[in-house]
Amino acid sequence: MYVAVKGGERAIENAHRLLAHERRGDRDVPELSLDQISEQLSLGVDRVMTEGSLYDRELAALAIKQARGDLIEAIFLVRAFRATLPRFGATEPVDTGKMQVRRRISSTFKDIPGGQILGPTFDYTHRLLDPQLAEGGAPELPAQSEAPSATILRVIDILGRDGLIESSPPADDDKPVGDLTREALSFPADRDLRLQNLARADEGFLLALGYSSQRGYGRNHPFAGEIRLGEVEVEFMAEDVGFAVPLGSITLTECQMVTQFKGSAAQAPCFTRGYGLAFGQSERKTMSMALVDRTLRARELGEEVLAPAQDEEFVMSHSDNVQATGFVEHLKLPHYVDFQSELGLLRKLRKEFTEAAEAPAPLQEAAE
Amino acid sequence: MTVTDEKSQVRRKAMAVLADSDTAEIAGRLAGIAMPAHENLREPENGLVMVRGRIGGDGAPFNLGEATVSRAAVRLATGEVGFGYALGRDRKKAQVSALCDALIQASDHADAVENQVLAPLRATVLSQRKRKAAETAATRVDFYTMVRGEG
Repeated sequence: MYVAVKGGERAIENAHRLLAHERRGDRDVPELSLDQISEQLSLGVDRVMTEGSLYDRELAALAIKQARGDLIEAIFLVRAFRATLPRFGATEPVDTGKMQVRRRISSTFKDIPGGQILGPTFDYTHRLLDPQLAEGGAPELPAQSEAPSATILRVIDILGRDGLIESSPPADDDKPVGDLTREALSFPADRDLRLQNLARADEGFLLALGYSSQRGYGRNHPFAGEIRLGEVEVEFMAEDVGFAVPLGSITLTECQMVTQFKGSAAQAPCFTRGYGLAFGQSERKTMSMALVDRTLRARELGEEVLAPAQDEEFVMSHSDNVQATGFVEHLKLPHYVDFQSELGLLRKLRKEFTEAAEAPAPLQEAAE
Repeated sequence: MTVTDEKSQVRRKAMAVLADSDTAEIAGRLAGIAMPAHENLREPENGLVMVRGRIGGDGAPFNLGEATVSRAAVRLATGEVGFGYALGRDRKKAQVSALCDALIQASDHADAVENQVLAPLRATVLSQRKRKAAETAATRVDFYTMVRGEG
């Protein structure tokens, strides 16, 4: 059957015009500025930067405004934008050990050098809606106390000194760093590619997978060895300048999960690690990422792969919410021709079914 | 340390301050300096860098995600070439940073740039950092143990 594929231009144009109107909302209410979004909805901005895989607060704020607060739509917009700019190269790996820390906690040791620093956290709030916020007004200025000048050591290094925890896999200068924005995914995937995939993965997807691993779908009995938030300097080896150029600082959240490992013939029992790193203040994301990073090491550590969270092909193929959205939402695009053929097939099958039902008994049995 | 290394270190430190500073602040302070003739060697342009992290924080590198960057290059009539790089898409920031980088390499201008531009910017950056560190320090937990009875 012939199906017209033309038409609809005016409807589309008017739909977008209506969308812009709805986006603006009540015109008597002041319009949101990008600064307001960036400053006051900052964790939404952080999520869009992390999963949009592009550190640029202003662009993420614009995307949130344009997407009417739909963060996955905003992430989609940011991903599309990054394709419009040339890439100058890769930065030197950031040193989170030199972070200007604004939050740093550990659930493994009470007394850690540098202390438990709560920073700006929802933890220990009562999760009661605050009617004062509805009225607005300036909050109290933050308290201050004398800050130690020393860099805050990694908690993980305390365990590392006694050999109780595995060390990080060392850099191999001969091996290029995997980049899934340049090459299609193939399996098995190395840990660098897995971490890149997890870093841009949907927070909800990772949260559910991490949660499933805690509940017994995959072995994970983790502790939050350390979570830290703060500013890290970024440097870029600019060939034209001749040395690594400081580009400024970015905000990062890092999570080190510590998990029991019973050892193998070749290795004494020790703690193993899962790692999470994300742009901005993204604590739930990095904790989930670290859990899933650890479960995905099942093959490497000789653990049986039984649960979804341990299956790298399952995790990495379904973690990207832009891809997932594309495939799920394409279902609403015209499938008129496909549907017509399915409809034709179904009519034929139903006709056969009816004919079989109306036929004499022995034949009916044969048809079954 | 060789002379070149020392010069590079001075430039790197200046670049770090500029990257952390506000464009209007840099431009405003730079306006107070008699600007020598110069030309753009590379028109300011925006692009991306892939930000890398390390597995476990200190292991093999991996690609975390991209960041926007602006860059520019200028050449003074006397030959010094300056580069400006900064996170974000502010071409003007790259441009004024490149000018600063060129000027601190020119002996006639280095002191003026240090005293009138970099030093005050550095003070601002440091005081912002100090304030943040003090606000952070106030959220540090002081554990105490409840002691029962006398000793």
